[in-house]
Amino acid sequence: MRKRTVQMEPVVFGTVNAIIMLLLAVVTLYPFLNTLAVSFNAGLDTIRGGIYVWPRIWTLQNYKAVFITGTVFNAFYISIARTIIATLLSLFLTTMLAYTVSRKEYVFRKPITIIIVMTMYFNAGLIPYYFLIKDLHLLNNFLVYVVPGLISAFNMIVIRTYIGTLSESLIESAKVDGAGDFRIFMQVILPLCQPVLATVALFVAVGQWNSWFDTFLFASSKQELSTLQYELMKLLSSAMNSNSNPALQNGGDPNAAKAMVTPLSIRAAITIVASVPILIVYPFLQKYFVVGMQLGSVKE
Amino acid sequence: MAKPVDALAVKATVQAKKTRRKFFKNQSQLMWMSLPVLLYVMVFSYYPIWGWTMAFQNYRPAKTFAQQEWVGLKQFKFLFTDDGFLRVLRNTIGMSAINMVLGFVTAIIFAILLNEVKNKLFKRSIQTISYLPHFLSWIIVTGIVASSLSVDGGIVNEVLMKLGIINEPILWLSEPKYFWGIVGASHVWKEVGWNAIIYLAAITSIDPSLYEAAEIDGANRYHKMWYITLPGIKSIVIILLIMNLGWILEAGFEVQYLLGNGVVVDWSETIDIFVLKYGLKQGNYSLATAAGIFKTVVSITLIYAANTIAKRFGEERLI
Repeated sequence: MRKRTVQMEPVVFGTVNAIIMLLLAVVTLYPFLNTLAVSFNAGLDTIRGGIYVWPRIWTLQNYKAVFITGTVFNAFYISIARTIIATLLSLFLTTMLAYTVSRKEYVFRKPITIIIVMTMYFNAGLIPYYFLIKDLHLLNNFLVYVVPGLISAFNMIVIRTYIGTLSESLIESAKVDGAGDFRIFMQVILPLCQPVLATVALFVAVGQWNSWFDTFLFASSKQELSTLQYELMKLLSSAMNSNSNPALQNGGDPNAAKAMVTPLSIRAAITIVASVPILIVYPFLQKYFVVGMQLGSVKE
Repeated sequence: MAKPVDALAVKATVQAKKTRRKFFKNQSQLMWMSLPVLLYVMVFSYYPIWGWTMAFQNYRPAKTFAQQEWVGLKQFKFLFTDDGFLRVLRNTIGMSAINMVLGFVTAIIFAILLNEVKNKLFKRSIQTISYLPHFLSWIIVTGIVASSLSVDGGIVNEVLMKLGIINEPILWLSEPKYFWGIVGASHVWKEVGWNAIIYLAAITSIDPSLYEAAEIDGANRYHKMWYITLPGIKSIVIILLIMNLGWILEAGFEVQYLLGNGVVVDWSETIDIFVLKYGLKQGNYSLATAAGIFKTVVSITLIYAANTIAKRFGEERLI
């Protein structure tokens, strides 16, 4: 009898554990699948309830309504532009700095590291920051998306730690060949850093793509600068704060919109549009960002 | 005899000069390369500290710096006697503590359980799925939370009613007593997989021979988890816990701002929302700056203390 329980135990544990893990996966995925189903279901039909993970009446009307309105289309464009520009600039500048502070012979290595790392632990606060942005004339300016978030101390540390793991002899031999530090950085370090750059690019790009607070604070009075997340936020807050159904803002074809589309279904469609680009990319970068997170946690 | 020595000395100085010149040539490139970011950080991170002067003034944007009225610590005194501020302070610490405890416990449990999954494909799929919400914005997550908790057709109410736990739908987001819990649960939903990355890595770095030895000694699965796995990740847990204490006033802003509403406002607003409301919406820049300074000073003090404690634990890797 005892022997049997000993043999049964791993099986029972394994099964229970697998069920817990499956439940977790369901809880994680369900809200997303539900949103996906709602976004493809006819708007008025959704109100009747009972849409779970599969649409009852298929339609592309919600997506059409989303993209017919120029506002969302423009916001999509702004989101993409800010993500690409800021990610490239940030990667280049952060890696360049990380390279300099990875050089052991560099006299300012320590002070610069301290100056940068300190920024992780304090900030002047929202009000002084707001005045800075205002004084730099970045209010209602596209650059407010790109410039303020360029350097992150955490990303710098991740890249520096990675550079530290590269073979010193590569840099030495390039030096013997007469290459200066900038050339070594461009031709030796940057190509070798690809795995860590993939990680940091993902971090920066996700931060950029998901950002709405900067639009809200610094660019909310200029509709041309609105981002996808900010448009979604406006829809969400109007849906949560009032029970009246907000009419579609300047919706393209009013008849088509009235027939099928509701704020709920529009919201679902924008949610999908705003999340799918990242969700397509991240599984492929998984092995990189797992390592990146570990590099970041080992600071010195 | 003198001549060869001289020649040698000259040769040595020439070489020293050469190496020094070469050294500075290299250094100058490094300096140019670090200059842009250094300037950038000075402007965007350090220069705004000058704005802290506002907290000691009765700041009016129309006046020049010389014309401002200096009021000493009046703004700070007002803060600490103001019921509104004490309330947001309570909310900030409360929600932060809940997020921290829930975040740690769930991530550690998840990492340990996932580590026990033997099927590689299943394990990897679960892990990939668990990262998904981390990449969604808070806008999307709060949207999902709001619709899951809604009274008409929200999945949470539906499931609870089907299970017979409640008889009628609960207005989750309109009950102040649920708000902190909802914020905590939202954080767990979003970050549990992501936070587990570090623990999973720590678990895989545990020496497998420890488990084998324990098995020979007759240890079962729970013994191994309790006596090998948990102690194996103990040091990383302690570091992260101490580090996170430094962020106790960083309860965040987005979730509370997006999920909060007029009914729960006394329990949902954090210091950040207070700053936003007083500063940018009402134009009381001085008071809002004072609140911001308080937050930063407390954080730095806590982080410094955390660092000292961590060193005492023999961990040198902070800061």
